[in-house]
Amino acid sequence: MAKYALVINGQRTELDVEPNMPLLWALRDELGLIGTKYGCGIGQCGACTVHLDGVATRSCSLPVSAVGDQVVTTIEGLAEGTQLHPLQEQWIAQDVAQCGYCQTGQIMSAAALLAVNVAPTDEDINVAMAGNYCRCGTYNRIRSAIHGAAQEMVS
Amino acid sequence: MNPTDAVINALNVALKGAELSRRGFLRVAAGGGVVLASIGVRAQPDDETLLVSSELNAFIQVSPEGKITIYSANPEMGQGVKTTLPMVIAEELGARWEDVMVLQAPTDESRFGSQRAGGSTTVPRTWDQMRRMGASAREMFISAGALVMELPREELKTRASKVTHTSGRSMTFGQLASLAAKQEVPDEETLQFKSREEYTIIGTSVSGVDNLVISTGAALFGIDTRVPGMLYAAYQKCPAIGGVVKRANLEEIKGLPGIVDAFVVRGNGNPRELLDGVAVVGRNTHAVFSAKARLKIDWDTSNASADSWTGLVAEATQLHGRRGKIQVADKGDVSAEFANPDNTVVDAFYEFPFVAHLCMEPMNCTAHYRQGEGFFDPDTLEIWAPTQGGGRVFRIAKSMFGLDQDQVTVHQPRLGGSFGRRVYFEFLAESIEISKRMQAPVKLTWTREDDIRHDFFRTGGFQSVKGALNRSGNLVAFEDHFMSMAKDGRAVSGSRFSASQFPMLNVDNAYASKTMFDIDIPCGPWRAPGSNTTAFVVQSFLDEMAHAAGRDYLEFLLEIMGEPRWFEPGNIRSLNTGRASAVIRLAAEQAGWGRALPPGRGLGLAFCFSHAAHIAEVAEVSVDANQKLTVHEVTVAVDVGPIINMSGALSQVEGAVIDGLSTMMGQKITFENGQVQQSNFHDYPVLRIEDAPRVSTHFIQSDFAPTGLGEPALPPLAPAVGNAIFAATGRRIRKMPLTEVGYTI
Repeated sequence: MAKYALVINGQRTELDVEPNMPLLWALRDELGLIGTKYGCGIGQCGACTVHLDGVATRSCSLPVSAVGDQVVTTIEGLAEGTQLHPLQEQWIAQDVAQCGYCQTGQIMSAAALLAVNVAPTDEDINVAMAGNYCRCGTYNRIRSAIHGAAQEMVS
Repeated sequence: MNPTDAVINALNVALKGAELSRRGFLRVAAGGGVVLASIGVRAQPDDETLLVSSELNAFIQVSPEGKITIYSANPEMGQGVKTTLPMVIAEELGARWEDVMVLQAPTDESRFGSQRAGGSTTVPRTWDQMRRMGASAREMFISAGALVMELPREELKTRASKVTHTSGRSMTFGQLASLAAKQEVPDEETLQFKSREEYTIIGTSVSGVDNLVISTGAALFGIDTRVPGMLYAAYQKCPAIGGVVKRANLEEIKGLPGIVDAFVVRGNGNPRELLDGVAVVGRNTHAVFSAKARLKIDWDTSNASADSWTGLVAEATQLHGRRGKIQVADKGDVSAEFANPDNTVVDAFYEFPFVAHLCMEPMNCTAHYRQGEGFFDPDTLEIWAPTQGGGRVFRIAKSMFGLDQDQVTVHQPRLGGSFGRRVYFEFLAESIEISKRMQAPVKLTWTREDDIRHDFFRTGGFQSVKGALNRSGNLVAFEDHFMSMAKDGRAVSGSRFSASQFPMLNVDNAYASKTMFDIDIPCGPWRAPGSNTTAFVVQSFLDEMAHAAGRDYLEFLLEIMGEPRWFEPGNIRSLNTGRASAVIRLAAEQAGWGRALPPGRGLGLAFCFSHAAHIAEVAEVSVDANQKLTVHEVTVAVDVGPIINMSGALSQVEGAVIDGLSTMMGQKITFENGQVQQSNFHDYPVLRIEDAPRVSTHFIQSDFAPTGLGEPALPPLAPAVGNAIFAATGRRIRKMPLTEVGYTI
């Protein structure tokens, strides 16, 4: 066990865990931030996506010891108070989810994209979202919701 | 408090302070000015609201403020019933949808009726029940309104959460709730349902009731369950299905960081209940997953599965062109047609693999088995069970653990996908067994590797098909030798093949037979069982026949369908050729069937009658010189009767098309020596966003009672794409997945 002080969703958070514990399980089991999901454990499916200094990162394959002073943002930190992120609003307005399990990871990947690209093309979306699987097949609504949020953020 | 719960609480507070704006939207009074209700955000009922609410019936409670809580009694797994069923209740009640809040019902079938989900049966099974619940409460509100307003009840109706009179006088549901709840419950036989013209909710697009929770990441799924004092568990079973533990390095495992205990669990040999394995229990998921990876277990595999996929392929290939021992149908005289020298005879051998469910949420369950202290303090079980089984959980608690229903509390979480997987209970039994042993609440989580290797697979199989065309190019005989899997002589799910299988009722001469290979690899229902493979074979083969006849498949298929008739009138599981022809024509028309396309590009048509739904699809594909496939668009025509939630229905169709393409493209489970050879997404690929085709969906909202749409849009996809590949390239697809026959996407 080792002690870590991470910055998660704007708060300094103490953790006393095994150094090789993936950030995913630290978030879910130690901190109760269960919006970040387990899907594969090998960085393939994207359900566990969080932001590390704003970059979409697979938390299942990232040991807590490797986080250092990089700022962690999870789905729980995406809204500002009661003000949902435009992506979250679009996800609701366009009724994107089916089972819903992969969607927090999808939203986090999309949010990292929109943070650096306010008007993504379909091709930009393909690249940014390539690591997020959805077995229910909600991809077309995901794409539409990302475009919708981008427009909202510009206007 | 979890930060997300805080967000949702704040939103709830904001929504409670909401007021109706001129434009009819709920505007948020405090909280940023976002018109949350207009995007579908709704408050969740809290204990306080429920405490002051009056119960109209098991499904409906109304607070004095007019908040309507509707219980959704069936498992939600992405098929949308948690939104759809309350819409039906709200419609008949005369509620305004904005006033409705939906809660997952407790598991109690004595109050709610059957609470399972599966087979696309929830909508057809509960349609009348939901309408009765809504209509019954509506009549009670009207009785209460008649009393208070001193008006004849015949002159009253409900609308927008009010009881209104022709004069314009009205009272709100909130004002009348407590009195309405005391009114006599009307006789079911007297209830009148609204006509379709009167609908204000059914048929509209409604955003899923859990969407706020989903998109903010609050607790919702079984895997998110957290209970005070909870331990975490992993469970290792034998890679060869059914192997038993001889010995394991338990002492070493117990010494690993974060591990509380490790022990052998003795199973009963039934994969649906409990198989032998080693349980690892610890302080967090990482600890138990890491320790599980270091287990060294000696397995006794003398009674384990020795099944081999390559062996099955070899056996089946030998049977091509022969008949199976079990006769399924014999109609007219196929032999005479096949022997007639004037006829053209075509035969083909089709193969499809085993596939896994691959729910994005791996199997898991949280159980708290509490040992009592005797007669006055019996053992209890509280279980957070991510299952499609509803009240069936009580049955295994009884049969396997001897617990009566009053000793058991079942919570129904939302399911992170299911597709038929969670009709089995073994992961529930594993968690109960481990909790009982630990005398503590335990969350068991399967690794993705467990989830794939220990699935109840969609069975693979083979069909040897044969048809005869007369000189005019009419299909005059059809024969099918269906080869699939059985366990102890009983056909597994998806291996049932009946004499009513299309097109056997439609042609004069048909013969069908079966060969069943007995296997131990567990099989189970997988999105549209049976149809999802047979549609591939039959619709591809009939397209082959049309080409052999030099005819257009649209025209050929409509000819086989024949005159409009319902083979078994009144039976929703029986093909109605009129409905079938209508969706086939509509899909073809909307897709521009027959239009000229550049070389390497083609259209393919397929139809399937599955789970009471009539669905036709046209795929437009192109294939380049390297056999790279692009599916540009899939046009779908659906008749499942009236659509309840248009947004949900479109989602189900689009999802099924994309899931169908994902499956046919690259998914295949193989096994040798009873061991499944795939384990995670790297060797069991899922379609990515860039490869998702456009889907355009067209509904024929016929007057038949509505039926389910979670499954039936999947089966026509594979043959539509296969037929389109043929149109584009002249190469026939007779084997799935496509990566096995040289295609990439």
